Amino acid sequence: MIVTERNRRILWLAIFIGCMLPAADLLRRLFTRDLGADPVETLIRTTGDWAIKLLVVGLLLTPLTRILKNPLPVRFRRMIGLYAFFYVCVHLSLYLAVDQGFDLHAIVKDILKRPYITFGMMAFLLLLPLAITSTKKMVARLGPKRWRQLHRAVYVAASFGVIHYYLLVKADITWPLIYGTILMAALGWRMWQATPLHKTIRAGA
Amino acid sequence: MLIGKKSDIASSEITPKSLWLDRRRFMTGAAAVGLGIAFPHDKANATALKFVESPLSTKGEVLTPLKDVTGYNNFYEFGTDKSDPAAYAGAMKTRPWTVEISGEVAKPMTLGIEDILKLAPVEERIYRHRCVEAWSMVVPWNGFSLSALINRVEPTSKAKFVEFTSLADSRTMPGLLFPYVDWPYREGLRMDEAMHPLTTLAVGLYGETLENQNGAPLRLVVPWKYGFKGAKSIVRIRFLERQPATAWNTANPSEFGFYSNVNPEVDHPRWSQAKERRIGDFFRRPTLMFNGYGDQVASLYRGMDFRTFF
Repeated sequence: MIVTERNRRILWLAIFIGCMLPAADLLRRLFTRDLGADPVETLIRTTGDWAIKLLVVGLLLTPLTRILKNPLPVRFRRMIGLYAFFYVCVHLSLYLAVDQGFDLHAIVKDILKRPYITFGMMAFLLLLPLAITSTKKMVARLGPKRWRQLHRAVYVAASFGVIHYYLLVKADITWPLIYGTILMAALGWRMWQATPLHKTIRAGA
Repeated sequence: MLIGKKSDIASSEITPKSLWLDRRRFMTGAAAVGLGIAFPHDKANATALKFVESPLSTKGEVLTPLKDVTGYNNFYEFGTDKSDPAAYAGAMKTRPWTVEISGEVAKPMTLGIEDILKLAPVEERIYRHRCVEAWSMVVPWNGFSLSALINRVEPTSKAKFVEFTSLADSRTMPGLLFPYVDWPYREGLRMDEAMHPLTTLAVGLYGETLENQNGAPLRLVVPWKYGFKGAKSIVRIRFLERQPATAWNTANPSEFGFYSNVNPEVDHPRWSQAKERRIGDFFRRPTLMFNGYGDQVASLYRGMDFRTFF
């Protein structure tokens, strides 16, 4: 498939707008009072859900690029990752400001006592340096090798995100399991790619 | 080393006939559900009830709007999303409806819903409703004390517990395909809890018979306990000498106790129970001990350690 620069830009814009739509839809529903019986719950759940979705999709882009032998998917990786971080930030802010009403004592207690909150906070803290070092300038400053090493932490962050989700559902673990499976597949693929055996096979082929 | 040839398919993997037959019936049920969505009807089966106001009603609370009471439900037989019961429960048949009452009673009997409605005058009872998930509502239930039914069947001295079993009909309940709990849904109370005047057999809310998603035609309401203790769409009531195995307690004993009295000081292992979000509010409010019904019910639990008997 030949992708012209112009088509690539159109695709970029489409993904940029597409990733914004869930947030725009939530805002619309907020102002039309269409968020259901428990609007806060809807907002927190939906933003958290999109954060995990985008993280998982983001992690599939590198394998996709290599399998398709097409550099296109990986070029949207930063945008998708930053959008995931955006939804994480909204999700966390809603928890701190609305759910807990900035009650610092309660928040600290929650983080220490509730494993699902602990994992959620750890995921956020891991994503924060990745978001900060996402610019081209920072890649240059860190050097590509160190930058790549640092950004492997996204696998840990995404896993913590899935564990965070798994720990809070009451009985229906379908979606946490789906996200977890995709995540493990992506991670497994990357690890297999990095093994000496795989490299030997590829060199021989 | 493995001696002898292992069968290719473990017998446990073969679907029992009853299950695949069930699956077919589920498909026809699902088709019916589809029709239900295609032709939505407001207040499907609800009819107006005559009732008197109860002195047991909670005062000074703002009622949760009807659309939230009937649109935001946990009724896992119809799916785990809060909107699933309102979307799918319409397929459940609530007439004819009988309740089998058995066990340690002098007069076991099977009562039709029409007979149950005649057991006592229907009252309006406004109660706070606190879900174990830390949200709450205020619901104007219509019903009467469960004790009216219990007295009718004359429990023997051996009756120490009461077990309530909900309908489990795979034709109309898609959630039964998933083992969230060991179906049918079962709940239970200690005899003194069941006889407490606050414990209500509800047949309606907001002055009309129950919508299916709220547990039509007959459900339990125990206002000082977490909402899941209130079994919906009850088909069987058994009086027992021993504490019955209940659905959530069996599914996860460390998280959902048999008693499950609302208690802000005993947290769910995974989340806090200190505060709750009242449906309609933006911020959380403190949860009250026994959901605010301590004056009436605390004496039932004198000397009990709530960390052991949560």
